[in-house]
Amino acid sequence: MPDTVIPHEQALHHALQFSDWAAIRYSSETATHRAVRNDKPESNESSLEEGAMCEVLVDGHFGYAATADLSLSGLQRAFDRAITTTRATSQHKVHSFTPGQRPRTTGVYRSARRRDLDALSVVEITDCLMAASRAMSLSDRLVNRSARAMLVQTQIDYFSSNGSETRQSFDMLDITLAATAAEGLESQTRSWSRTGQFGSEAFDRAAFRENAERVAREALDLLAADNCPSGHMDLVLMPDQMMLQIHESIGHPLELDRILGDERNYAGWSFVKQEDFGRLQYGSSLMNVAFDPGRAHELASYDFDDGGNRATREMLIENGVLRRGLGSLESQVRSGLPGVANFRSASWNRAPIDRMANINLEPGTSSLDELIAQVEHGVLMRTNRSWSIDDYRNKFQFGCEHGQLIENGVLGKLVRNPNYRGVTVDFWNRLAGVGSAAETHGTSFCGKGEPSQIIRVGHASPPCLFRDVDVFGGQS
Amino acid sequence: MSAAVLQEDFINRLREHFDVLSAYVLAQLNAGEELTINVAAEESLFVRFNSNRVRQNTDVEQIGISLRLQSNRRTVEKSRSLGGNMDADRLALMHLLAQCRDEVAVLPLDPNQVPIENNGTSSEEFRGALLAAQDVVAAVVAPAAGCDLAGLYASGIVIRGNCNSKGQRHWFATETFFLDYSIYKGPQAAKGCYAGARWSAVEWASNLARTRTLLALLAKPQQDVKPGAYRTYLAPRAFSDLLGMLGWGALSASAWKQGRSPFKKLAENEARLSPLLSIDENFALGLTPRFNDLGEVSATRLPLIEKGELKTLLVSSRTAKEYGLMANGASEGEGPRAMDVRAGTLAEQDVLQALGTGLYLSNLHYLNWSDPVSARVTGMTRYACFWVEEGEIVGPIRDLRWDESLYSALGSKLMALTSHAEIDPAVDTYYRRALGGSRTPGALIDDFSFTL
Repeated sequence: MPDTVIPHEQALHHALQFSDWAAIRYSSETATHRAVRNDKPESNESSLEEGAMCEVLVDGHFGYAATADLSLSGLQRAFDRAITTTRATSQHKVHSFTPGQRPRTTGVYRSARRRDLDALSVVEITDCLMAASRAMSLSDRLVNRSARAMLVQTQIDYFSSNGSETRQSFDMLDITLAATAAEGLESQTRSWSRTGQFGSEAFDRAAFRENAERVAREALDLLAADNCPSGHMDLVLMPDQMMLQIHESIGHPLELDRILGDERNYAGWSFVKQEDFGRLQYGSSLMNVAFDPGRAHELASYDFDDGGNRATREMLIENGVLRRGLGSLESQVRSGLPGVANFRSASWNRAPIDRMANINLEPGTSSLDELIAQVEHGVLMRTNRSWSIDDYRNKFQFGCEHGQLIENGVLGKLVRNPNYRGVTVDFWNRLAGVGSAAETHGTSFCGKGEPSQIIRVGHASPPCLFRDVDVFGGQS
Repeated sequence: MSAAVLQEDFINRLREHFDVLSAYVLAQLNAGEELTINVAAEESLFVRFNSNRVRQNTDVEQIGISLRLQSNRRTVEKSRSLGGNMDADRLALMHLLAQCRDEVAVLPLDPNQVPIENNGTSSEEFRGALLAAQDVVAAVVAPAAGCDLAGLYASGIVIRGNCNSKGQRHWFATETFFLDYSIYKGPQAAKGCYAGARWSAVEWASNLARTRTLLALLAKPQQDVKPGAYRTYLAPRAFSDLLGMLGWGALSASAWKQGRSPFKKLAENEARLSPLLSIDENFALGLTPRFNDLGEVSATRLPLIEKGELKTLLVSSRTAKEYGLMANGASEGEGPRAMDVRAGTLAEQDVLQALGTGLYLSNLHYLNWSDPVSARVTGMTRYACFWVEEGEIVGPIRDLRWDESLYSALGSKLMALTSHAEIDPAVDTYYRRALGGSRTPGALIDDFSFTL
């Protein structure tokens, strides 16, 4: 992590001559990507993104200018650009804001980890990936054996003219192993991933080998499996698919900036209306969903958002009833609704917007066996493969890598190309069982915003049972 | 000082900066080391609108540089942002080069390494006439008074440069804007995009008027269309959305070889598409540079699909090396960068008559493979979409989910392509403003499958 000290005090002093409030968000992120495919190096790349976002409040309007020139003159020029543009645009602002949307905060956050990520050598990482690739080599039909790791170290320092000073450092890992088995025109891929805030201790050689062998074996098994049957049946979703279900049909529709229409031209609006909070029966009474930025090792844990707001755990849905949205202090003052600390940006060159972070479905009381035992005719699906949902977050269709039929309460035959579709609120009201053991997953690639941004999110969930869902398979 | 002068300064300043820095770094190479340097830079203004008002404005000045070092049959690539200060950037690049050397010494052999070559020299600069930052908002919102407009205005300079230790040197700079927007009447919306190199108040007003006309059609009574198979017209933007899936592995040679291409049957002559369909990579559209990250220059026109038959997949040099294929200037991602779909014969004024009874879709949304082996794609309808009966628009529909194989939609079900085609410029802004785009006609497709 570069030890950069930026002249923030002088730069803020300069900005305050022409603005009502100012802040600097310094960000430095080193991301290393290493990949091995079919026992050969595929890529060894790293990037350092380092710069500052200069933010001003002028005539009730927040505006931004980003620069990688971290000298005092560079920061001053960026502030000058931000002030000039913001003064011109403020006559047409969507809302008149105050410094109240940027509370004074101080503090330090550091990812939970036992050893820093950079304690890992290039050789250790490469050997681990190479061993995983070789462990997948069970058959000539495995035409693609891929092992990838992304190691990310991020520092975000935030300074504002009303005395905020926060420093947060993150160590993050995103590991994916994938095996593709092919024969004739048919092919099937099985994958495993581990994503979260970890140090180098999570680079577990035994886990790599064990999961590599498993996904290779399962890809071969899928090649020989029948297609998933079509029809309405019960559905058990494992945590690595629940992640996607939560993300698309809870996280995004609850973002207040979507509800306020900011995102309409890009990712879309939301079926959720402002008057739905406190009233809408979003799902069955078994459904409890939390915004939880404090869960150790989950990918989007943090103490402060990019507006200096301290992040705390909040319930979004309780016993199936919608309680709270995912909105920053700006969205909260615009909508009059309670929100959370989720004003987040992808990097130094993007302004913060409302983003989900860790959105978790709270565990219930059933074991996986007890969930399966409740199913007379159904299917269990694992690991997301395909995702699509409408711009109001209603009609979705998701596909998984791996399916298993359930007949009379017993898990049975393997099926390939399992898919299901539904409508959000109807679907969540079909929730009939919630497992007791949650797993934590996440993704580094949630896209949103204009200009667009990729951000990291975490989702913890147990397995869940849904009744009478529209399930279907592939054509091949 | 006018905005135009400042923007021109950025191009000249960057070019000189890149020339000096790259010459300095290349001069530091040791025997046996080869290096490729890429630069991507922009000076952009982004203004986001909601309710025809400004939600956020962001100025971004960024320079990203990457070094790909090849030595002793090993490859490593490192990139970083630069501040634009010569002394500091020179130090930063020397540090980056040192890191590359440290790594390349311990990496395993890269048997698929592509030797660095001199693929020539090119230089293109396209100057524009953009609005000054302080004039943007008034220019956008005044003609849209009374509209509930949401969207993004982005403008400024985008630069790509490349050079290597064999003497290769490429430079591309363009000065453009786009206004990607939608207008609303309650939950109903129509989509538009105004893009170019010279802002014209007349053109913006005309573009907006066309979108308003579309929005007015949404006032007709809403139609409740049940899932089923319907004859469907995909307007050029919707057809561009559908064909965008070809960039998700379908035309990639490496995806084919790795068992991941949905067009495996096409690549292996087990299937063919409609003889109405011909697709080229066409860099004459002028949307993106012909050179890729290795500095390899694609043919100006590269036929991909000719009358339904695959002519070639996109093959990068690395894929060519690994699988013994012929490279064709593709980027490492092997997706189309300037897709041009040959227009057909259906005149625009005859579209509704040819459709007869069915669906008119102006835009699609959130596409993904639902069954890759069958090239089946799912997605949603979005914005101005209508139910049509006997050649007349009856009214807008509620959004529908569809799920259809490209082997069918671009094969036996493809009835006609329109004689008019539209440019769909890339408006992606992840990490940086994108270059590229496509040109597509509209498409009339029989029995398109709607599922929810």
